[in-house]
Amino acid sequence: MHAHDRPRTLYQKVWDDHVVSTYQDGTQLIYVDRHLVQEVSSPQAFVGLDAAGRDLHRPEAHMAVADHAVPTTERTATLREGLAASQVARLSTNAARHHIPYVPMTDRRHGIVHVIGPELGFTLPGAVLVCGDSHTCTHGAFGAVAFGIGASECECVFATQVLRQSRQKSMRIRLEGVCPEGVQVKDVILAVIARIGVGGGVGHAMEFAGSAVRAMTMEQRMTLCNMAVEAGSRIGLVAPDETTFAYLKGRPLAPTDTEWDAAVANWRELASDSDAVFDQEFEIDVSSLSPFITWGTTPEESAPISGRVPDPAAIDDPRVRRRVERSLRYMALEPNTPLSGIAIDRVFIGSCTNGRIEDLRSAAAVVAGRKVHPRVQAMVVPGSASVRLQAEAEGLDRIFSEAGFDWRHSGCSMCVGMNDDRLLEGERCASTSNRNFEGRQGRGGRTHLMSPAMAAAAAVSGHLADVRDLWPEGTK
Amino acid sequence: MKPLDKIQSIAAYLDEDAVDTDIIFPARFLLLMDKKGLGGHAFHERRRVKKGETPFILDRPPFDTAEILVAGKDFGTGSSREQAVWALADLGLRCIIAETFGEIFYANCFKNGVLPIRLDADTLARVRQAAGREEEIVVDLPSQTIVLTGDETISYDVDAYRKEALLLGLDEIAVILRDSGKDIKAFEEGQSRRAPWLRLGPDKWKVFDDLEKEQFIE
Ligand code: SF4
Repeated sequence: MHAHDRPRTLYQKVWDDHVVSTYQDGTQLIYVDRHLVQEVSSPQAFVGLDAAGRDLHRPEAHMAVADHAVPTTERTATLREGLAASQVARLSTNAARHHIPYVPMTDRRHGIVHVIGPELGFTLPGAVLVCGDSHTCTHGAFGAVAFGIGASECECVFATQVLRQSRQKSMRIRLEGVCPEGVQVKDVILAVIARIGVGGGVGHAMEFAGSAVRAMTMEQRMTLCNMAVEAGSRIGLVAPDETTFAYLKGRPLAPTDTEWDAAVANWRELASDSDAVFDQEFEIDVSSLSPFITWGTTPEESAPISGRVPDPAAIDDPRVRRRVERSLRYMALEPNTPLSGIAIDRVFIGSCTNGRIEDLRSAAAVVAGRKVHPRVQAMVVPGSASVRLQAEAEGLDRIFSEAGFDWRHSGCSMCVGMNDDRLLEGERCASTSNRNFEGRQGRGGRTHLMSPAMAAAAAVSGHLADVRDLWPEGTK
Repeated sequence: MKPLDKIQSIAAYLDEDAVDTDIIFPARFLLLMDKKGLGGHAFHERRRVKKGETPFILDRPPFDTAEILVAGKDFGTGSSREQAVWALADLGLRCIIAETFGEIFYANCFKNGVLPIRLDADTLARVRQAAGREEEIVVDLPSQTIVLTGDETISYDVDAYRKEALLLGLDEIAVILRDSGKDIKAFEEGQSRRAPWLRLGPDKWKVFDDLEKEQFIE
């Protein structure tokens, strides 16, 4: 029987299409169609390349942009000196030297790699796409096999355009039903992570399916896939469909004319076969969910906003108890405190998880006509220049500014705290980003992850709050 | 890459699960563009102790010379930053034993002469006890075994090609260029016919012709 007569999953189909060769031990060389290059994970890869005197195998398969370390307060063509400026400059120089298309930070196409890849049509269904960044799984929303790699692997892709890999197992998460009012995709993915744990997806490509996923916009699917890695999966996927094609059509780097038609015909075949077997399956009824927030220092340490801080004394497993104690100590939270009502100092709306236009719209809908609480310092950092422009065209910037939010330029910003945007020691932040690790947003900073609407509710309330109490009629 | 064959050392230990790569190597140090000399920033926050407090285990004799680190569950989850491995290697660590690892971290280890070993919780607990007793532990790669004092021998799994790469200190890129150039070319020709839209070419990039230029003061 031909190998392809067996029912296959979406992941297996894309994978099979990219096998260059198979080794005796079963590992395979996988062809990489596209590589996103950013300033943090690439300098050492370029050094390695240069030291060995190697050229890029195919410069036009890469796209470079500086996002992690760029300032968000102003956008001038000149960066002030300092480590961050040197790092951005290094990327620009390396890209020029190796003829890699490079998007400067002053350009209207600038933004976080995982936001601009899709915007520009660099991300396509059925592609293998990599980046030296763990949230590369975001691009799986298009039905691409997209995963994060280390700097050494970046160097390998530069030099060879292939990676030696073992095929992952497959996992399917079925999301059924309709989210209740006030519940966003961020709540759904936090609920998924709470259910399977931060290591639950290790070794698996995680496909999201079900009626709730079919109904999602591309931006929502990106939020979903973005956090697959927080559940341990390097790869998240959604099967491409009409929503995907409509989003991509006309994007600058997307195929056109007859090539577009051929591509769409091919993409329609990518969905997992109805009788494909997954190594693991989970189902979640999203209509039963409520807004989630994290209380601890891993993305699985979360609870519905109506809940309370857990009590370690009530946990039997000593190992889990120790872990929770440690998290609560770091987060400075008392057991049994109601989550709604915990006072915050900062709000960050942005990142590759929730820095897109729909995210900003939903936050603005909550903020409109209200003021940021006097104790709180709040900022909105659009995921890309194009998101920023779109928001301005819709007047969202005015809603945010009038309420007291800082309106910033695109970049990773306080998701990772590598530029000047970071928490001070002990500050507590309501954040739409994806990681609440110790020190992630700044040394000693305390992060609570939540949806854009929930972050907006926290900003105007001055404390963690249930957005459903503030929910404006008619918003999604 | 320096070949790795056998490690004989006491082991430092971390009684903590979910030690993510932000803990191992905080983001603000990612602005440094070096690969070497990053050990000083490893576990930065954990190593910040007040006078009179017990120093972090990797700063405390005899563990400061350990070449083996015994961790818990979900070690190295989170960010793909290879700096986490470079920093640990810079501290002299050559083997990390844990119940589970973040996947990208796990892969990054092999590229840098560091052997990550997964053990089930009970076996790991025995290795952890040996580490606490400051006993010498032998990690042998050719036979894929860990030998504890008292002669308990524990076997572990490692992919054959990764094992070979560590044993020989292989330059993976050189091997691919040497052995697979033809296959890559053949694949590319096939893909140009099958799925030409996946092959971005200079014509597509013309949409970038109007890109602005940046200036830097370094
Ligand atoms: S926004 Fe945050 S998670 Fe996304 S790429 Fe930037 S630093 Fe990484």
